[in-house]
This record gives sequence, C-alpha cells and structure tokens, in this order.
Amino acid sequence: MNWFGIILVTLLLIALQDKWSWISEYPDAFILPITGWLNVMMDWLVSNLGWFFMGVSWFLEWPIQSVQWALHALPWAATTFIFCVLAFVASGWRLVFFTLASCLYMVVIGYWPESMNTLSLVAISVPLAILIGFGVGVWGFYSSRAERMIMPILDMLQTIPVFAYLLPILMLFGFGTVVGLIASILYSFPPMVRNTIVGLRQVLPEVIESGVMSGATPRQLFWQVRVPSAHKQLLLGVNQSTMASLSMVIIASIIGGTSDIGWEVLSTIRKAQFGESLLVGLVIALMAMVIDRITAGMATRSDDYDRENKTWVQRHRYWIIAAIGTAIVFALAQMVTVLSAWPREMEFSPAREMNEALTYFIINFRAEIESIKTFAFFFIMLPTKIGLQGAISPFTWGFELKTWHVIVYTISMVTLALLSGRRWGIKINILVLLLALFLYIGVTKMPWPAMVLICVFAAWRMGGRNLALGTFLGLIFLVVTGMWFEAMLSVYLCGIAAIISFVLGTAIGIWASTSEKVSSIIRPINDTLQTMPLFVIIIPFVMVFKIGEFTALLAIIAYSIVPSIRYAEHGLRNLPEGVIEAATMMGGTNRQLLWQVKIPLALPVMMLGLNQTIMYAIAMLVIAALVGTNGLEQLVYIGLSDGDFGLGIVAGAGMAIIAIIVDRMTQAWSKKRQAQLGLEV
Amino acid sequence: MEKSTMNKDVRLSCRNIWKVYGPESDQFFEGGNGVVDDPETLAENMAKSDHIVANANVSFDVHVGEIFVIMGLSGSGKSTIVRCLSRLVEPDAGEIFLDGEDLLKKTSSELIEIRRHKMGMVFQSFGLLPHLNVIDNIAFPLKLQGIPEKERYAQAERVIELVGLQGRESNFPKELSGGQQQRVGIARSLAVEPDVWLLDEPFSALDPLIRKKMQDEFLRIQSLLHKSIVFITHDFQEALRIADRMAIMRDGKIVQIGRPVDLILNPVDDYVREFTHDVPWESILRASDIVEKPDGPIEGMGRVSGDTSLASLLSYLSDHEEGVIVEAKDGSVLGIARGQGLLSALALGCAIGPAHVKV
Ligand SMILES: Nc1ncnc2c1ncn2[C@@H]1O[C@H](COP(=O)(O)OP(=O)(O)OP(=O)(O)O)[C@@H](O)[C@H]1O
Ligand SMILES: [Mg+2]
Repeated sequence: MNWFGIILVTLLLIALQDKWSWISEYPDAFILPITGWLNVMMDWLVSNLGWFFMGVSWFLEWPIQSVQWALHALPWAATTFIFCVLAFVASGWRLVFFTLASCLYMVVIGYWPESMNTLSLVAISVPLAILIGFGVGVWGFYSSRAERMIMPILDMLQTIPVFAYLLPILMLFGFGTVVGLIASILYSFPPMVRNTIVGLRQVLPEVIESGVMSGATPRQLFWQVRVPSAHKQLLLGVNQSTMASLSMVIIASIIGGTSDIGWEVLSTIRKAQFGESLLVGLVIALMAMVIDRITAGMATRSDDYDRENKTWVQRHRYWIIAAIGTAIVFALAQMVTVLSAWPREMEFSPAREMNEALTYFIINFRAEIESIKTFAFFFIMLPTKIGLQGAISPFTWGFELKTWHVIVYTISMVTLALLSGRRWGIKINILVLLLALFLYIGVTKMPWPAMVLICVFAAWRMGGRNLALGTFLGLIFLVVTGMWFEAMLSVYLCGIAAIISFVLGTAIGIWASTSEKVSSIIRPINDTLQTMPLFVIIIPFVMVFKIGEFTALLAIIAYSIVPSIRYAEHGLRNLPEGVIEAATMMGGTNRQLLWQVKIPLALPVMMLGLNQTIMYAIAMLVIAALVGTNGLEQLVYIGLSDGDFGLGIVAGAGMAIIAIIVDRMTQAWSKKRQAQLGLEV
Repeated sequence: MEKSTMNKDVRLSCRNIWKVYGPESDQFFEGGNGVVDDPETLAENMAKSDHIVANANVSFDVHVGEIFVIMGLSGSGKSTIVRCLSRLVEPDAGEIFLDGEDLLKKTSSELIEIRRHKMGMVFQSFGLLPHLNVIDNIAFPLKLQGIPEKERYAQAERVIELVGLQGRESNFPKELSGGQQQRVGIARSLAVEPDVWLLDEPFSALDPLIRKKMQDEFLRIQSLLHKSIVFITHDFQEALRIADRMAIMRDGKIVQIGRPVDLILNPVDDYVREFTHDVPWESILRASDIVEKPDGPIEGMGRVSGDTSLASLLSYLSDHEEGVIVEAKDGSVLGIARGQGLLSALALGCAIGPAHVKV
C-alpha cells in the first residue's frame, strides 16, 4: 500500500458516494448517544454528590470575598504603589513606569473596581494552581508511573476548549465567582506541573551528590538543594500559570455573575460599543503585560544580595519601603479623596470619539471592506470548504463549472504534480496531488472514510503504528458521535488560518532573521500578541468586519502567526556555524545559501513552529465561536449556553482529539527529520 | 606487601569491594564480604553476561595523615570506588571500615552524621549550588547541621582564607572561573573539618598553570590539617607531587599499590609501566641535580659522584631512606640525595636545590 493506492481508493470512494450514501454521510441510526449517557451521568452526580461540590464552593467563596474586600478597601493609589515596588524589585525603573501608567489608565477610564475583581480571582487561583501544580509535579518527578498517567491528563486539560469545562463546573459548583476560580485553576496548573518536572530533573547529579555529602537529610536535600537549584524553571512555571490563569478568568466571565473586566468586554462587544470594548480590552492587555513582566522579571532576576555585610533593615528594605509607603499613601488617601476614589467627572474616555471614527471609517470604506470580504470568501474560504466543484457558480466566480474546466484542471494539476515531483521528489508529487484533490472536492465534502484513510496512513508514515492507531480511534470517535461534519468545519477554518499564518509568518521570520532592524520591530509586537488575552484580539476585527467566519479567520491568523515567525527566525539564527561557513566558502550566493542550506536545515524547527501555530489556531478558534462560526467550537459554545453538558464535553473532546492528533503528527515528523539531519532543537 | 607501612593507624580501609552495573547485577552477591576464590574469573564471567564491572575485589587502606592517590584510565572505576567509600553508591559486596567501624552497616541517619562530621568530598565538576553565593555555598553543610548563622559564617571565613578566596564571598558560582569554583568546592568540603577527605579529579578541569598552583595550595593545606586523603587523578605528574602511596586501577581492579617510586621502579606489568613511562627524567637528571642539605650526621652513608644518572640511583635510594652522599669531581661533598628529593625532581622535571652545598 502506498500513497498512490490511497489516492485511488479516495477517488473510488468519491465516485461511489452517490450510490452508497453512508460514504458521504455517516448514518444517523448508528450514532452512539454518548452525549445522552454523559448527561445522565452528570445528573446523577449533581443529585447525589452535589452537596459535596457545593460545600467546596462555599468554602472557596471565602478567600475570594476577602481578597475582593481588601482590594476594594485599599485606595487605588496604595495598590498602585505596591505594584510599583514589585515592579522595581522584579526589573527596574522602566517597568515601574509602565506599571504606573497601566494603573493610572485603569483608574482614569473608570474601570478600577472591575479590574480589582478580576485581580482578586487571579490572586486566589494562582497560588492554588501553583501549589497543586508543584505537588503533582513533584509526584510525577519521583514516580515515572505517575508521570505517564499525569501527562495525557495535562494534554487534555490544555487542549479541551475552555467553554467545554465551564459547564460541568457550573453544574457542580453553582453560579458565582467560584466557577471562574475552579476553571482557571484547572487550566493553569498544568504548566506548573510541566515546569516542576523539567526543573527538578535538570538539577545536575553532582549538585545533588554534593548535597548528600554535605550531610543533608532527604528533606533538606529536597527543599534546600533540589528545589532552589531548580528555582528558575519553577518561576517560569509560575509565570506561565499566572498568564493562563488570567486568560481563563477573563474567559470564564462569559457565564456572567461577576462584574469583572472580562464581563465588561463581553457585554460591550454584545452591545456593539466598540470604542468601550477596545478600551476595556486594553485594560486586560495591560494587566496581563504587567503581571507577565513582573513574574518573568522575578524569574530571571539575578539575586545580588550579599547577606553578611548587611543589616536587617538593608536586607528587608523592599518590604519596609512597601509597608511604610503603603501606610503613607493610605493616610494621604484619607485626606485627598482623589487618591482613593477617582471622581466620575474626572474620568476620561475617548470611547465616543472612537466609535464615531469607526463609523466614519466603515461608511467611507464600505466598498473596500466589502470587496475584501467577498473576495476572501468566494475565492479562498468557499473553495476550501466545499471545493471548487461547489464554489464555482455564475453567482460567485462569474461562470459555470463545465466538464472541460474539470478536464483542464485535472490535466494541469497532474502535470504540476509530475513536474514538481521531478524537481523535489516523490513526496512533493503526492502532496500536490492530494492538495489538488482537496481543493476540488472541499474539506467538508470529502467522504469520511477517505479522510480517515488519508489521515491514518499519514500518521503511520510519520509516526509509526501507535500513532496510526491513535489517529484511527480518535477520528472514529468523531464519526460515531455524529460530529464529523462540524469537525471538518473546524478543520477547514483552522486549516486555512494555519496555512496562511505559517506561510506569512515564516516569510516574516526569514526576513527578520536577515535584518536586525526588522527583528527588533517584530519582537515587541509578537510579545504583545502573545500576552494579549484572546478576547481582546478579536475586538478590532469585529469592529471592522462585523460578525462572521471571515472575522474569525482574521483573528485566528493574528494570534497564530506569532509562533511561525518566532520559530522561523530562531531556527535560521541558530544553525550550526560550520555548515554555513562551509557553504559560504563553496561560493554560495546569499540566495542559494538561504534556500539550499539554511532553510532545509532549519526546517525541523520551522515544523515545530507549524505545530505551535496549529495549537494556537485551535485555541483561538474556540474563542472565535463567539463571533459566529459553525464548527465543533460552536457546538461547545451551544452546549454551554443551552446547559447541555454532554454536547459540550463531547464536542470539546472532539477538538482536543484533533489538536492532539495534529500535534503528535507534526512532532513526529519534526523529530524524524531532526534525527536525519543530526540536529537538536 | 608495601615497603612503607607507616607506623600509623589505618583510618579508612576497604576490603574486597565489588560493584557491578547491568541487567541482573544483584545476582552475583547477596551482600557478603566479597571474598571469592577466583575474582579474575568471576569478573570475566560478569563482563561476558553484559555487565559492567565497575569495581572488582578492590582493597586498600588509607592511613592517618596519608595522601592516597588512585590512577587509572577513563572508566577504570576510580569514581565508583570513592563513591562507594562515601556510600553515594552502594557496593554489591565487600566491607568498608572507617576508624574500625563498618561503614556499610550504618543506617542512613548515622550516615548523615558521618557525612556531617567525618567525611568531605570534592567533585570533579564542582557541584556548587547555583543559587547560593560563595560564602553560603561554603557554609551550606554547617547550615544543614543547624549551626547558627554567626558561627557558620565565622567558620566559613576561616576556610575561605585557607583557599585564598577572600573578597569573593558574595559572588555567585557562575561569576567565578573554574579554578575559583573548585576552591569553593574544596573550601566547602573542609568547612566541617572532616577527618577523611575524598577528592575526585579535583583539578582535571583546570588549565596547567592553575592546576600547578592548586596543587601547591593543596599541599600547603594538607601540611596544616593532616587529613587522610583519597585523591583521584589522571595525571602521573600530579600523583608524583602529592602521593604518599598510590594505586593503579584497570577494568575495576587494582593492578598495583605502592609508593610512586615503587611503581616507577617495579611496575608489575606494562599497563603500570605505561603510566610511569611519561617521566623520562630519571635518565636525564643527575645526582647533583637533587642534592639537599643534610639534616643530620652523614657518617657511614654511601657516596656517589655528582654526574651519576638518577636512573642508576633509583634502586639504591629506594632501599636507603637516609639517602646518599653526592660528591663533586674533586671529592668535596655537594650534599646528600634522598628518595623524596628525587621524586620531587621527577615531578617537576627540573633541577631543584642549590647546586653546591659545602659542608
Ligand atoms: N550508574 C551507572 N550505570 C551503569 N554503569 C555505570 C554507572 N556508573 C558508572 N558506570 C560504569 O562503570 C565504569 C566505571 O566508571 P567510573 O565512573 O568509576 O570510571 P572512572 O574511572 O571514574 O572514569 P573517568 O576517569 O572517566 O572519570 C564505567 O564503565 C562506567 O560506564
Ligand atoms: Mg571519574
């Protein structure tokens, strides 16, 4: 069996699908009612163990309430002061100014209380997530059996769409802030686990042995040798967990009941108050950036304290400054009310002006916006979705698809495949043929047995038997639960986004790798996009292009292009010196060097970038359900809003399955390729 | 078996130590004292069944105040044997006695006590704690013992001075050069004032100049502290400079034990000869190159002329601790030549001492 066989079978299946309808559509009668079973199970759980979860919920309310109380009781000036001290300790004056500006922004546009509500959730969820993550990580570190069990669960927790597990939490723990808290803990402890395991494992054996020889008891060895030696990695985990927690707290506010920043963004988007939503979105982004910089700064801070020549006061100077300063600011705020409660009339919000500007822009450029949208829709999205056979009509392309068109298409594609096969080898030949086939039939119109066959075969070629088996089982799950069509819609949207992101991003990455200037411009943009909560990225696109698949596509591209750029640049900049020098000495031009030496060598790293791009695309797709898409992500969202637990979970699992399959395939390929090239990433 | 059984107590002694790595390494022994009839064949059988024999039937004694050097090719089991001595690695069979007590019978809490007070170890790759500065690294073992901060810093200051790192107390390991890092490692192992000091290739990572300086400092420290030392090295010159006695290992076995001069003079086989081979100075140097001032009456000692080659003096000197009188062409006494001076000369590869000593 080889690829040509697979293509033949695919053609056969396509030809036969009119005769046997089960090929094109999996019969409803055979759909397993997993959704129903899950709902029954959930009902049982709620009615029998509900008291337990409610108890936990009640118990968790307390710390949230008290932190909220404290953050509201403190005047904004005092809180800001504390943050500035933290920023100084973590990094220095620049971060202090940034923090100060961010805090002032929140105050001045009048969203300070909402920001503090969000912050209080983060403040509780992060420590809990870190504790849990550290504990689980330590367990995984000491027992490889435990590790094998933990890792797939982490994969699931990080790939199942957020919306899918909001509902069960809601059903078990009841309405309220606790839902956000638990969801955010579930989502944010996995990075801590991973970093804990990696960090503890990285400690050099000599360091451990020297600890043993210093006479450490096992407990001392762990707490005074192993953990501190791993502290950089652990703090990296803290940073990642914090960011994950923040993004989840924001998303969780979709269920409402909390007057926090996430809720404000959502409701302003729903009310089509775009100026407001952008301004509030910026609050989230600023908050994320400040927290990220502070925790990252703590992680990389080089401790330069010198204990023995310092007095107690010197050693604890930051604590003292923070305490005294806060007290002073607090006292001041009692006298100068502006420092505790910013008066309404002093609030400044350019939201109205922004709305007007937007309206002006949309009215004046309506034609251009519409034509971009139509073009993309008719010539890119529709053909991928339902194929050329469906997309071409007098209404869209201006002519009808005739037999001779098909013949010309077939001949030219086969020629193209043969030519490129001759130039770059048989693999490219097959790739072109497959792409041509998909473009003609359409991702969603491809018969499911053919799709399963192609994917499983690809998995087998890339990663061997186990991967093929896993892929098969995963895809069959999608089939028998009756979600195949929605799954393909998700694949189609993600697929286009990922391909565009990868091509564009890699091009930008290549450019950045040749020019310091470009690189230094691109880097902060990437950083910002990566710390930006997903909600916020959507806002500008919704403003201009309104709700719809095209908007979703743009938002996904904006977010998922980042890893492609990063990895391409990284891969090209970190090639083995010797090879480049050798090629230069052979008299290669810059262009030859790039295409024939650098890119092939950097390809495995770029593939990892593709992998990350797809993962990012899937993450964004879930959020994009809010602006109107039709795939699995929409089912998840519907499950949430209809309270259909089973539907949400099954669709969510479906998305996780797609994500994990793609992840394993690209990783397997990249690893194989690296091994061939003898490189390490 | 050795010529110079010093009239001193044995501090550390290992008897018939075996350590085997491999799929079923525990099938060969179930503890036991490691005494077997035919260790050669047993080791061969182990190797045949895909096991790595890291230590086979290793026995030696380290006396109080002695520097015992272990040499051998890479993979010959040197690190493994010192790790057995410190019980970082559990030997499969054999016995280890520290001050007459069986180390292998110690419970883990007793072991912690021993490591806290009696044993120090220096690692080839330093093993410093990256998150602690120099003084905290050095005071770390004391901190583990719960000694109050003031006292442990005072003690740490003392050893810092010993290794000459004053002024670098607040630096972090990554800010130090390799030589400085190793001094921190040495200072840390000395902070608890151990009786037994294990050093696993402490100077291998250093460049020749610094290595030479570190050797000098090491000898100086030892002349002050008189520890019982096991010292691993790859470098025969280094061994010559510092060893009281030394052992050569191959494939986990000890091939020969003795004073360096014994090894040079009477290598048991070609493997040992290979090690000593690199030092041709004995045929280059003359007796007049190594004369030193006699520190007692010289009546009744043998006499040789100043241009006698050291090679021909070696056997005489190894039998006559007191040395030999070296005379000039005109018959005047230049001084005396002794075994120790000869060794130092071999180690340095150059002449030492004043050329003419008139008595
Ligand atoms: N944990 C282990 N597992 C398996 N084999 C080991 C282990 N530790 C050591 N060995 C093997 O035991 C043998 C002796 O190793 P050892 O580290 O004692 O050598 P060495 O003489 O110190 O070498 P070097 O001079 O390179 O430091 C080597 O063949 C090594 O591969
Ligand atoms: Mg070694």
